[in-house]
Amino acid sequence: MNDLHQLTIGQAHQLLKEKRISSVELTKASLAHLAKVEDKVRACVTISEDTALKQAREADKAISSGKIKPLTGIPALIKDVMCTKSIRTTCSSKILENFIPPYDATVIEKLKAEKAVILGKTNMDEFAMGSSTENSAFFPTRNPWDLGRVPGGSSGGSTVAVATDEAIYALGSDTGGSIRQPAGFCSVVGLKPTYGRVSRFGLVAFASSLDQIGPVTKNVADSALVLNVIAGHDNRDSTSAPHPVPDFTKSLTPDLKNLRLGIPKEYFVEGMQKEVRVSMETAINKLEELGAKVDWDASLPLTKYALAVYYIIAPSEASANLARYDGVKYGFSYQDTNNMWEAMEKTKQFGFGAEVKRRIMLGTYALSAGYYDAYYLKAQKVRTLIRREFAQAFDKYDALVTPTSPTVPFKLGEKADDPIQMYLSDVCTLPINIAGLPAISVPAGFTDCLPIGMQIIGKPFDEETILRIAFAYEQATDWHQRKPPI
Amino acid sequence: MKLSREEVKHIALLARLGLSEDEIEKFRIQLSNILENFEILKQIDTNDLPPTAQSIDLQNVLRPDEPKPSYPVKEILDNAPQREGDCFKTRAVLE
Repeated sequence: MNDLHQLTIGQAHQLLKEKRISSVELTKASLAHLAKVEDKVRACVTISEDTALKQAREADKAISSGKIKPLTGIPALIKDVMCTKSIRTTCSSKILENFIPPYDATVIEKLKAEKAVILGKTNMDEFAMGSSTENSAFFPTRNPWDLGRVPGGSSGGSTVAVATDEAIYALGSDTGGSIRQPAGFCSVVGLKPTYGRVSRFGLVAFASSLDQIGPVTKNVADSALVLNVIAGHDNRDSTSAPHPVPDFTKSLTPDLKNLRLGIPKEYFVEGMQKEVRVSMETAINKLEELGAKVDWDASLPLTKYALAVYYIIAPSEASANLARYDGVKYGFSYQDTNNMWEAMEKTKQFGFGAEVKRRIMLGTYALSAGYYDAYYLKAQKVRTLIRREFAQAFDKYDALVTPTSPTVPFKLGEKADDPIQMYLSDVCTLPINIAGLPAISVPAGFTDCLPIGMQIIGKPFDEETILRIAFAYEQATDWHQRKPPI
Repeated sequence: MKLSREEVKHIALLARLGLSEDEIEKFRIQLSNILENFEILKQIDTNDLPPTAQSIDLQNVLRPDEPKPSYPVKEILDNAPQREGDCFKTRAVLE
């Protein structure tokens, strides 16, 4: 059987279950294809071929003894921000270039319990700070739809890997849009679960009150399958939610009867590309055809404050989290001095890239004496208002629908020296992290062969409704079946 | 909000982040611009509002204090930039 790498999770599982293919065959096919396209897109930081083949053989053993689970034997790539025992975990940073975690993140333990196959680790903006994957300390990842453009970020390696069939699925992390924005830019499905739905244990911390792990997949059904596995309470993450985890695949129905959708008009202004607006209108009309009741006049007036709130809170938390990289316990360490403070300062100076330093500076400033009330506390109070505004909207609507990003993928280098322009590419996604809500990006069109994503936002812990809407839309369209010209 | 070079250096010192002369100037301009964008929050009256630190309403999460094995010393120390025996080696804290 040819082209095994193109399979979805659902298809691969069926073939493995019927013993028409083996996990070793599937893993070899994925690795061979990865070797072919990787030079062009550079989605991976580390490829762990030997471990992957060993895991595949173990999966085959389990399958032959009748023990198959939905992800058994299926190859995945993992954003290099999640700790993988004995496989280096770099966060695409020089400071962690040679870090070998002594433990697995909870999500990795869960994948291993399914006997999944891990092919390696994907490139990202350093410490997940960025919207283009250009901030990797190693190399930029390229958009397979146009190699001169960015894949989005920070989970750009994971979304490119799935778009190009390097892996059957991938995991990403999302602090302000880092799964959804690159999913939109690469035309794959990216889900950010509710804050607390998936354990953050072993996820290298960026902004702890915003970070969340989620699936990057070729279709919506696969997203539900992966979420089923990675969701759930974990007593090693005190912000992990004790809520019961439903079977998310049960929510995938092809019609949207009686669902109330709000289209917040604030997501359709300022700097939005015309083609994105047109695609969104067409997509929302399709949701209406499928039975949804659409209110085009929904309003979230506080949206315009979200960018400022986010860029105070996220860097503040980051500046505290990244203080640990002092060159003593692990990671890059500046050695050419006997002075403790100088060693610490130089370790960070040479270990971190420009965007990470910028955010440490910004966060340190917002938390410093004399500015804490004016910036950090103020942002946390406005955060309260933004949460309340979403809660009120969800009294009227079952879900909200917006573009994932105001533009199509931009060119490499286009925004690299302009942090504010770069930050604006997450303007539709970061309010959702501020409120801790679940949201999914699905392929919703193209303009000049460049992808456009649609974001569907749900109530806290109601991933089922957004998966249902995403699934119905996907069944009624064929955007997700298009493959990049690579 | 225009930052001075001295302010940039002070923030870097608080973060124990070394910066080159070029970086000090670049961050002075960029951070000033970003801070200007934050002025928009002054439009909102937040006097009687509680702050939100995280978005799910969990408080005082506790678990039973059960002893469990720690990670192996060797694996932890394998990542140490400098070690001496079974210890991390650091520079003198007190001169």
